[in-house]
Amino acid sequence: MNWFFRFMNSSVGKKIIMATTGLLLCSFLIIHLFGNLFLYGGPELFNTYVERLASIKPLIRVIEVILALIFLFHIINSLWLTLSNRKANPVKYEVNRAQDNSSFFSRYMGITGSIVFIFLAVHLSTFWYRFQIDHDGGQFYRIVTGDAVGFNNPYITGLYILAMILLGFHLRHGFQSAFQTFGLRYNKYGKLIEAIAVLFWFAIPLGFVLIPIYFGLLKGGF
Amino acid sequence: MQVFLKVWRQADAKSEGQFVTYTVENVTEDMSFFEMLDMLNNQLVLKGKEPIAFDHDCREGICGTCGLFINGRAHGPLRGITTCQLHMRSFDDGANIVVEPWRAEAFPVIKDLIVDRTAFDRIISAGGYISVNTGGVPDANTIPVPKPKADEAFDAATCIGCGACVATCKNSSAMLFVAAKVSHLALLPQGQVERKQRALNLVAAMDMEGFGACTNTGACEIECPKEISIVHIARLNREFLKASLL
Repeated sequence: MNWFFRFMNSSVGKKIIMATTGLLLCSFLIIHLFGNLFLYGGPELFNTYVERLASIKPLIRVIEVILALIFLFHIINSLWLTLSNRKANPVKYEVNRAQDNSSFFSRYMGITGSIVFIFLAVHLSTFWYRFQIDHDGGQFYRIVTGDAVGFNNPYITGLYILAMILLGFHLRHGFQSAFQTFGLRYNKYGKLIEAIAVLFWFAIPLGFVLIPIYFGLLKGGF
Repeated sequence: MQVFLKVWRQADAKSEGQFVTYTVENVTEDMSFFEMLDMLNNQLVLKGKEPIAFDHDCREGICGTCGLFINGRAHGPLRGITTCQLHMRSFDDGANIVVEPWRAEAFPVIKDLIVDRTAFDRIISAGGYISVNTGGVPDANTIPVPKPKADEAFDAATCIGCGACVATCKNSSAMLFVAAKVSHLALLPQGQVERKQRALNLVAAMDMEGFGACTNTGACEIECPKEISIVHIARLNREFLKASLL
């Protein structure tokens, strides 16, 4: 197991953990967005969908634990990397025109990631938690669209829209960066990866943003 | 033309440094940046002051000795050149120019604008070479190398070890430098024998020297005077992954 710990402790190994966990979280986004689309079908369809999920609770719990572990690895590993990277670069330049040689998205991964994390904490403590305590069912649609923690609350709607835009920024760099880390960015596949990346940094966050916009701004009208 | 310089001055590795401003007059646009500094240094010497220390050798962009952070860019504002290839025609008359040494924990400042880059030498000595037994020189044509691979290996081999990649990286990562060495030798038949060990040893040496991890911002390939692509970093990652797991 020596080789394994040596690999995990190396800078490249830590980047590979970031990339692996990041891409796994990306795949979760697809499943999550798919579920969210049931909202457009109205209360009955959405509530039935959530109740179906509730009927396979043991499986869902296992998936939730795995998902939480992936998040945890991604976050703790990023903190470790950020701290060691700061240690490697303790003195800042008087003038540094970083905007001339790198993208905004690549330089502010920590900030966009942290705000998405704050969103995640709010998201879990509102929607996820309330879904767990709603035992009689039938209220799921109202929780999401209502004015307590739902999209009829302008603060919640605002936070969701902001967080999803920042998630798009995070994935604008993160998705293609993961392939670079895996060493899968040969020149001939570069364009293909960039094309798939658009799905993750633009289409999926847009899908998530449209939900608070539709149920909060258009349908709810606060 | 005249320029206003703000230069980092530091007596030695242990001293605290500070910025000192200088006005340099009678600069011509044909002067190289270093000729302008030479002129300033002459004036400083005549006044009995300590000249500004900066690294330089070939002054034609091939040795990798020079390297200054000028107005927020490694090797100045132009692409694909070293500091010694920068000319004063790249600046306006009356320009303010901030000149700083490379900043990285692994590249400590020795004096003024000179940093200690022996960390790179230690990385190379960890395996950035091929072991060749002594004996007669083999005929070059006995080892066939496909032309596209030879070209790609050569692109990586153009690294002059100036350290601009580290200097410009927000994490002070040496990945482009290490990638250039690993990629260059992994592409050629002569590099195959030590291929796995080279990837493992060079990454370990890089981590031990205190360089940061790569976050794929791509700043290094923009500032590299030899324009070495981060595709080589992808290859290093692949080499390291294969060497570690297979």
